[in-house]
Amino acid sequence: MKSLSITSTKDLLWKDSLTTESPLIRRLLIGTALLYLTFFLFIPLAAVFAEALKDGIVAYVESLLNEDALASIRLTLLVAAVAVPLNALFGVAAAWAIAKFDFVGKQILITLIDMPLAVSPVISGLIYVLLFGLQGWFGPWLADHDIKIMFALPGIVLATIFVTVPFVARELIPLMQSQGREEEEAAITLGASGWQMFVHITLPNIKWSLLYGVILCNARAMGEFGAVSVVSGHIRGLTNTMPLHVEILYNEYNAVSAFAVASLLTLLAVVTLAVKAIVERKTHFPTIVADPMSEVQTGSIR
Amino acid sequence: MSIQVDHVTKRFGAFVVLNDVSLHVQEGELVALLGPSGCGKTTLLRILAGLEKPDRGRIFLHGTEATNRRVTERRVGFVFQHYALFRHMTVAENVAFGLTVQPRSLRPSPARIQERVRELLTLVQLQAMAGRYPSQLSGGQRQRVALARALAVEPKLLLLDEPFGALDAKVRKELRRWLRRLHDELHITGILVTHDQEEALEVADRVVVMHQGNVEQIGTPDEVYEHPASPFVCQFLGDVNVFHGRAVQERNFPALPPLPDGELVAPVGTVDEREITFVRPHDLDLNRNRMNPAQVEAIVRYVLTAGSRVRIELIAQNSTQAIEVELTKERYRELNLREGEVVFVHPRRRQVFKILRS
Repeated sequence: MKSLSITSTKDLLWKDSLTTESPLIRRLLIGTALLYLTFFLFIPLAAVFAEALKDGIVAYVESLLNEDALASIRLTLLVAAVAVPLNALFGVAAAWAIAKFDFVGKQILITLIDMPLAVSPVISGLIYVLLFGLQGWFGPWLADHDIKIMFALPGIVLATIFVTVPFVARELIPLMQSQGREEEEAAITLGASGWQMFVHITLPNIKWSLLYGVILCNARAMGEFGAVSVVSGHIRGLTNTMPLHVEILYNEYNAVSAFAVASLLTLLAVVTLAVKAIVERKTHFPTIVADPMSEVQTGSIR
Repeated sequence: MSIQVDHVTKRFGAFVVLNDVSLHVQEGELVALLGPSGCGKTTLLRILAGLEKPDRGRIFLHGTEATNRRVTERRVGFVFQHYALFRHMTVAENVAFGLTVQPRSLRPSPARIQERVRELLTLVQLQAMAGRYPSQLSGGQRQRVALARALAVEPKLLLLDEPFGALDAKVRKELRRWLRRLHDELHITGILVTHDQEEALEVADRVVVMHQGNVEQIGTPDEVYEHPASPFVCQFLGDVNVFHGRAVQERNFPALPPLPDGELVAPVGTVDEREITFVRPHDLDLNRNRMNPAQVEAIVRYVLTAGSRVRIELIAQNSTQAIEVELTKERYRELNLREGEVVFVHPRRRQVFKILRS
């Protein structure tokens, strides 16, 4: 380890024997972590691509250009295109309300926003069956008026929205709470309208966290299986999203096609993580720069 | 712009922040709202700005009622305690903000805005910092940016919330003088919130001393310091020794056991015979011999010689009450005191308040 040339900060960490564990324990810990990650993350990830390309690149491309596969990709993109903007909008509105105003039922709202994370996705789907299914509360009325929600696009979109509600809001609430209202108040005393305040002050202050929330929200919207599975009806080429399509192909022992579509979802995950890493660096960078200011601020609080 | 605060009351839940507060500020005056934290001074300032709404009472700005006027329509410059600079904008953009958000019909041309920003940054002596971000500035510089930003929209009223609170003592003193000069140049009505009595006495034309949502006294710095209207004002403005005594002529000085809590205090000339006496440390003198029977006998405990004056802490012989005395260096040398010696305490000036039984 010592013979390796290491960058200066790492060098410091290694050399600081007063505050770190003994080399044996250090290596044991790092080794365990790496082994664990290899088994549970890296090998499965590699396996997806290996399986998908098992019969060569031609078979891989063919299974992606299959009509049903293309339909599932289109549907997934469409669902995400509806669910993500709606949840971004709701997330900003909810975070704004919670961070900047005091009102009755604030705690309840915060708890409600977290609910989709606490509830199993299958139950999230069943809620919609209970509401809009043929035997559901609104089922007969919807049937009378020839409106299809269950086993159709609206149901899939609704279930996806439900599952992905928390992502943007949860990302923004703590940030907006910690930023307080002072900058916004300063803006309105300077004559800014509510909209100008939002565009010029609020949005720039939350943009990186908002983007981060949107990325997570999008990843979940495209990858959601449980809730969508309950409401979709699994109609090939019509109501199958990518995760559902993967499952069907796999159940038909069409492993290559299943893994090919799965590899797209995996790629999405990898891209999401890469963007997330970049955005994370951006979200953390300004707070480091702003640190001297916050020091002064806390220093003045008695 | 003249300001009239008319019987304003404000509650947060069950807590009364402002209790029937009335106040008049003349055009061009610089007034300090002075009081400990939680006395309601910041809330009053925010009500004047339109950031809070009073539960009861009315606000008049320049003679017309403004109680329900929106913040954006009040033409008030507000400088926040922590400056609230827009962290993603440069200094120049911060200062220009109030001008760039004006409706198109009123908005100056971009060139004019730039010119105005340059003027303001010159005024606050920050021309070189135009391109910097707030996080790259020192506390004192941020403070001046905040002021320039507030002045950009040419407010008729400038409200400053603890403007120097987060700065170190030296910068604070400089900025205080600078603000006073600026105010004299611009002739703008100003209200300044502070918990620092020195700041209030030095900068303001008039001081409003507040305590627990009430106005205790309004007056010039001299008036509130020399003639405090209540024991609170006396204690809040500078160090003070408190003696409890009875209203027997010239015999109220010997320290007696403290009176029980829960009693009201009012200026002399009213009901009961019990009194409370306040003496500032520099209004006390020490003698080696007893000059009159009312003098308190005390033992010198500590002598602090650092600074322009000598501070001496004594313990009263008969009550173990601590007494603080401030002497000039000459007087101290003349007395040639040592710790542990017995001396007699003599008040040159004092404030006496009667205690009302509730």
